[in-house]
Amino acid sequence: MIGNSFQSPIISLRNVGKTFERGTVALAGFDLDVRAGEFVSLLGPSGCGKSTALRIIAGLSAPSAGTVEWPGGSAGGAGEIGFVFQEPTLMPWADVAANVRLPLKLARADKAQSAVAVGQAINRVGLGEFSRSYPRELSGGMRMRASIARALVTEPRLILMDEPFAALDEITRFKLNNDLVTLWQELRRTVIFVTHSVFESVYLSQRIVVMTPRPGQVSSQVTIDAPYPRDERFRTSADYAGYCRLVSEALGKAMAGEAA
Amino acid sequence: MSERILRIALPILVLALGVLIWALVVRVFAMPPYVLPGPDLVFKTLIADGALLWNSLLVTLLTTFEGFLLAAVGGIGLAILFNQSRLIEYSLYPYAVILQVTPIVAIAPILLIYLPQPLAVLACAWIVAFFPVLANTTLGLRSVDHNLIALFDLYKASRWQMLWELKLPAALPQMLAGLRIAGGLSLIGAVVAEIAAGSAGAGSGLAYRIAESGYRLNIPRMFAALLLLSLAGVAIFFLLSGLSYLALRRWHESAVARER
Repeated sequence: MIGNSFQSPIISLRNVGKTFERGTVALAGFDLDVRAGEFVSLLGPSGCGKSTALRIIAGLSAPSAGTVEWPGGSAGGAGEIGFVFQEPTLMPWADVAANVRLPLKLARADKAQSAVAVGQAINRVGLGEFSRSYPRELSGGMRMRASIARALVTEPRLILMDEPFAALDEITRFKLNNDLVTLWQELRRTVIFVTHSVFESVYLSQRIVVMTPRPGQVSSQVTIDAPYPRDERFRTSADYAGYCRLVSEALGKAMAGEAA
Repeated sequence: MSERILRIALPILVLALGVLIWALVVRVFAMPPYVLPGPDLVFKTLIADGALLWNSLLVTLLTTFEGFLLAAVGGIGLAILFNQSRLIEYSLYPYAVILQVTPIVAIAPILLIYLPQPLAVLACAWIVAFFPVLANTTLGLRSVDHNLIALFDLYKASRWQMLWELKLPAALPQMLAGLRIAGGLSLIGAVVAEIAAGSAGAGSGLAYRIAESGYRLNIPRMFAALLLLSLAGVAIFFLLSGLSYLALRRWHESAVARER
């Protein structure tokens, strides 16, 4: 196991609740600890508040109850958190390089240094040949790669991903999952990954947090104790199938609890 | 490719047919020129009165251009102001609408009482042209992708960066659509004001020539001036469409050819 359980968490959510203006309760009594370098997935059906939790961690949304703490020091500074949305969310009027440069430009970073960082980030996601292309000229998977490069460019401590591959076809999704695992192993950043796919979460994560909907709460947690690097062999292994069954059951229980 | 030829050839064919029928009607019914001049006479007048009409055209075009420029600056400026402050938007927007829905023909004579004639004409050109710029730019500034706004928030973008790097480029297609409408409208505003001023005696624009020729029963010159006016309108439309295309061709669906 790679995640070190003795390490203190870099982020700690306690009893967090979020009620929207129209009275929808998205989260209630939500607890989460994530350690440095860990890959954690939040798994649950749509409407279970997993995106809301991510936005609260990013500071894009304020919790209506509870506390969000950063034991190792605040990650409030610009560029300490990278965010990948469900859509690529690129600026259509800018090419890939300009889109990836955006976080550095907003931080008024030095131009020459930015150019190096942008080139690195683009190469990392395998878009080297497409840095002058506009988003509309790229496929869905390539747009998502550009979006990931943008999240990486500031070398953030924490990367938040909100169902980034949900809209992609299965072939592209598998490819991006493989590449994400490789990237995570190289960079050793903390990743919190939101998904509604059992298979995706088992393939990627060290730990899966299963959530119940209305209100969003942690139902159970599953540790995926399979070694990295994970590749196609893992995807077709009996271990993988076993973990998927385990997580599916946990998800089933979470849903049943909600129906009762 | 053949469709492109058709798009140019068909309107020209229709024009030729129209002129032919016009010429035939004048000849067959032996119309006197003070009732309906033939196309040949109109063309001859256009050449004979060329210098006079050309100078008048320049006067009208200058007013149109000034009105358009003021409308562009005023419309975009006010839209940005509205976008930055709800209070200003609520206070002023109704009056912008009132200015728009009151017929310009009715406003022009009143403006001519209080303003020197050139200024009154300019004011009319501005009043009719500025609202489409304001309305379209306001819509554009409001339709920015919410996730992109969240992204800019995440990277702690300043108000200025949010406006300059995100909202204005995002609003560009709508802004350009507004400007395209404003180009034609500022010509209309200038013409209406010149006609209204024409009865007051002063003026030398093309619309004034039309009114003047009407009093003198110089019908061929009326037609020649009208021809020049509509040519000017067409030229303005193509100029602004071309500008819009150049600005959007790399990224906006409206300017990118559809592949089939």
